Amino acid sequence: MPGLGASFGRGGATSDLQDLGNADVIVIQGSNMAECHPVGFQWVMEAKARGTKVIHIDPRFTRTSALADTYVPIRTGTDIVLLGAIINRVLTQERDFREYVLAYTNASWLVSEDFQGTEDLDGLFSGFDSETRSYDTKSWQYAGAEHHGDEQEETADSQESESGHSLGAGGAAVDHESIQRDDTLQDPRTVWQVMKRHFARYTPEMVQEVCGIPTDLFDEIAEAWISNSGREKTGVLVYSVGWTQRGTGVQYIRAGAILQLLLGNMGRPGGGVMALRGHASIQGSTDIPTLYNLLPGYLQMPHAERHRSLAEYIDSIKGANQKGFWGNADAYTISLLKAYFGDAATAENDYLFDAMPKINGDHGTYGQVMDMIEGGKIFGYFLLGQNPAVGSANGRAQRLGMANLDWMVVRDLVMIESATFWKDAPEVETGEIVPEECRTEVFFLPAASHVEKEGTFTQTQRLLQWREKAVEAPGDCTSELWFFYHLGRRMREKLAGSTDPRDRLLLDVAWDYPVHGEKQEPSSEDVLREINGYDRSTGDLLPGYTALKADGSTSSGCWIYSGVYADDVNQAARRKPGREQSLHAHEWGWAWPMNRRVLYNRASADPDGKPWSERKALVWWDEAQGRWVGDDIPDFEATKAPSYRPPKGATGVEAIAGDDPFIMQSDGKGWLYAPKGVVDGPLPAHYEPAESPFRNTVYTQQQNPARELYTNHLNEVHPSPPERGSDVFPFVWVTSRLTEHHTAGGMSRYLPYLAELQPALFMEVSPELAAQQGLEHLGWAHVITARAVVEARVMVTDRLAPLRIQDRVVHQIWMPYHWGGGGGLTTGDVVNDLAHLTLDPNVHIQEFKAGTCDVQPGRRPRGGEVLDLIDAYRVRGAVTMSSGAVAVTAELLDPQGKSRVEQAMAGATGTGTGHSAAEMEKVLSVRHDVRSRPGQPQQNGVDPAVLDAHPDTSLEGN
Amino acid sequence: MGVRTFIEGWPVYRQLTGDDPLGRGAAAQSKKSKSLTPRTAEADSVAKSICPYCAVGCGQRVYVKDGRVTQIEGDPDSPHSRGRLCPKGSASEQLVNGPQRMTQVKYRAPYATEWSDLDLETAMEMIVDRTIEARRRGWQDADDQGNKLNRTMGIASLGGATLDNEENYLIKKLFTAMGAIQVENQARI
Repeated sequence: MPGLGASFGRGGATSDLQDLGNADVIVIQGSNMAECHPVGFQWVMEAKARGTKVIHIDPRFTRTSALADTYVPIRTGTDIVLLGAIINRVLTQERDFREYVLAYTNASWLVSEDFQGTEDLDGLFSGFDSETRSYDTKSWQYAGAEHHGDEQEETADSQESESGHSLGAGGAAVDHESIQRDDTLQDPRTVWQVMKRHFARYTPEMVQEVCGIPTDLFDEIAEAWISNSGREKTGVLVYSVGWTQRGTGVQYIRAGAILQLLLGNMGRPGGGVMALRGHASIQGSTDIPTLYNLLPGYLQMPHAERHRSLAEYIDSIKGANQKGFWGNADAYTISLLKAYFGDAATAENDYLFDAMPKINGDHGTYGQVMDMIEGGKIFGYFLLGQNPAVGSANGRAQRLGMANLDWMVVRDLVMIESATFWKDAPEVETGEIVPEECRTEVFFLPAASHVEKEGTFTQTQRLLQWREKAVEAPGDCTSELWFFYHLGRRMREKLAGSTDPRDRLLLDVAWDYPVHGEKQEPSSEDVLREINGYDRSTGDLLPGYTALKADGSTSSGCWIYSGVYADDVNQAARRKPGREQSLHAHEWGWAWPMNRRVLYNRASADPDGKPWSERKALVWWDEAQGRWVGDDIPDFEATKAPSYRPPKGATGVEAIAGDDPFIMQSDGKGWLYAPKGVVDGPLPAHYEPAESPFRNTVYTQQQNPARELYTNHLNEVHPSPPERGSDVFPFVWVTSRLTEHHTAGGMSRYLPYLAELQPALFMEVSPELAAQQGLEHLGWAHVITARAVVEARVMVTDRLAPLRIQDRVVHQIWMPYHWGGGGGLTTGDVVNDLAHLTLDPNVHIQEFKAGTCDVQPGRRPRGGEVLDLIDAYRVRGAVTMSSGAVAVTAELLDPQGKSRVEQAMAGATGTGTGHSAAEMEKVLSVRHDVRSRPGQPQQNGVDPAVLDAHPDTSLEGN
Repeated sequence: MGVRTFIEGWPVYRQLTGDDPLGRGAAAQSKKSKSLTPRTAEADSVAKSICPYCAVGCGQRVYVKDGRVTQIEGDPDSPHSRGRLCPKGSASEQLVNGPQRMTQVKYRAPYATEWSDLDLETAMEMIVDRTIEARRRGWQDADDQGNKLNRTMGIASLGGATLDNEENYLIKKLFTAMGAIQVENQARI
């Protein structure tokens, strides 16, 4: 979550669910909390009962809206305009919490003279290169620190944003001693003035025109938020995947973070940003990542060009003359390498850093799928409790990719669609996959359920909770712990004695986990102890990450989790009842870091260490005791006085001043303006979604110029204005969850109770849209995009209100995405098949929450006729591999001799994988049949032989 | 049956005379329901667990009898869930015991039209061999400039957000040691 990481220093929800009860206003935006996190929602209701105002902002009236004081309908994809207008009001009316802003944010810092913003460049920031579709961030730096630009952006030959996602536990590097400031905020180069200019055009009128929110309703939201913040009051912002699953999602979060900093809501009771995450341990799976660009504790995965030695790697994290706890990056890194490789990792061999695998580009899941479709690159695929045939964007691409593998291992509780695609995928019906001709070998290994193994989940508030094992897993069911331990053991046995340097790391890895029981299960507690870390000389478990050393004498598998096994006690297993504890319940489970429950809580006190107000006291400086005390564990060095000022030349932890509450940030402050860490702009700007029926009215620039595209014939994007053809897909579709189902359905559609509670896929449409398109309540209708056709039952409801945007009415269609056709007690079309792959450049997350479509009454066609229908729409809508693919709209409008195809090809490695420039040109400039050649249904790669000429379509009105 | 017992058997009498004036509790209880005991009372053991669905992380109590899960309830001790579960969490006993649950290894050979059975030991051996082979075929020592890559692109993996931290730790550790970098999970999706 780099939106939070770049703003505050850590990519996690900043407080706990109970703390919602302390808020004076709760703004829920991009989340249907009552439905998707129903039990957590009790804290919102508790606050409401005490008089807290609850505002829900969402395209659709949901169970959350029904319980809010105010519901605000919004056109999907326009949240930055709304937030920008509130920010603008705070700045121009000086409604900020000024003492907080001056003391704890970078408002008074001076930005480089080289910086140009969206006001100067009509929607772009300085440094954009349309050839590579990426920004050179040098000009975004603070004054005097221009040389600290992200070098990776300069040398990268495509969007390389691994650093974006790595800010889960810390901000980006900045030299704190070179910072220049103006506390009067008058210098035009201060962050304050830069922001004021940037947000000036975000007005209530703009909100009405772009979001469809009337100005009086805007006033109500803005005033409720602003007037319930400040010294005596606090407000909390709640968001979920309604914000993150977008091509510009990180910037939504940045906008919310800026507002919360301006209003002084961070680090204080009832304040903060509550990021509601979607899975039992999705926070855990980024903390201890199963992600290509990260190592445990948000350390970056080593990069081939940037990290050629351990020293270079550590320097890139520590930065030059940087403040904060990343100053100890050497201790975190070396302790991890000791946990990984044990005695084989020594100071002499740089702890085996050189032997580590290196990344050098986007190796994310969607890039992998493109490689699978192309073939010959990826041979084997492990699916571990995930069902991409239903759950990932553009399911067609997913399934055709899987049909082009040598083998797959599917580990799940039930027989999911991703295991059975070879016999019951929709592509079998269309003839694109023929079982007898599909070579993919599939191993289905049944998994142990959550009660058949022990271990920890990390939930949405960074809380690790241990689960006891209730029963043995039945039959062949095994845990991932069992599977990966034994996979590793057997591989090591087969390769034992190998002298091939390629096998060295696998043979050196510390893999001596004792096993127990009939199934030979490793111990989760042993692994959790390894994660916590040891003093290797004494064998004692470490008390926390401050005990880690850079000399190889300590080990820790994830530095931010160090302390979870302090005192040889499984702290995550503590279960002292909540009613016997104070609100934050420090003896229930264990939260990273160091069991702190409200992050940045030093900011709950003023610069002198006194609570801003008695009503909102949390942590304060006790002069007599000489330490920070209060109702939470201080997120600060316990005995560092508020008056402490670092000596000249200090770096790292020593350089954190007594009034620097954001201890992971390289300058100790919350970032209103992010000179580093976010690759698509230091401030959030509104762009239309990658597919939109509307022209951007805020800037000439239509879409996020740095968005990441995968151009493939299976993934064509609809044109948006100013390109012609968008009227063929005039409606907007959004997806989300139901309470009674879970994600791709593997854990819900197969359960009798849940299948009965929500027995069928449906779509919600407004009465106006139903009348216009001839849709009948409870009848069938089908939604069409250039990727897929999906049918569902129709629910006509005023929960989806048509919105008036730019003097015309826009209709939004909503669908839940849990259904699939392969298994379960309730089946249906795969809604995510409608989606295109356009990704946020920071985190490579796809845009699920806004797309354009058509909707027609009745059931969809069957068999090959589905493809005919899609093709007909593609021809009518001028959809090609270059539609919607140009980076800079100004260049599209004034091409200066460059064809749209040439423009769309810019950043070729970002726009498709594996194609040579010549191949790309051929492919981008023609329309082609989606269908594979008869007799070779598995051949899904683009073959020019089946392509027929298609003229380069022109712009709207030309 | 005496007259007194007969009259006391009337729910309306109990409602009027007892401490259940609205007739929604003890007054309405039949003899049969009075004799019932909850499954939870008969459990041999109770495991303290956490709901596996969304990220709220509600506390669960898992009731076990004769080596089988008989009921899963919310844990009132949890400071943030306070005993509540949503429909999914409440249905999680079916997640464990439901008819959909797969308990045998299944194998689909290339070009096959149906699944066949395979024992776990054989499956593991086959997977190990294929992993070693795919790793070798997709190996890259260095990039064009000679920078070390030390990796294989022949293997990819997806999943983790429903798994335990300890499991994710071993997954990342093993894949890193074998040079497989294409490890991903739902956090991206």
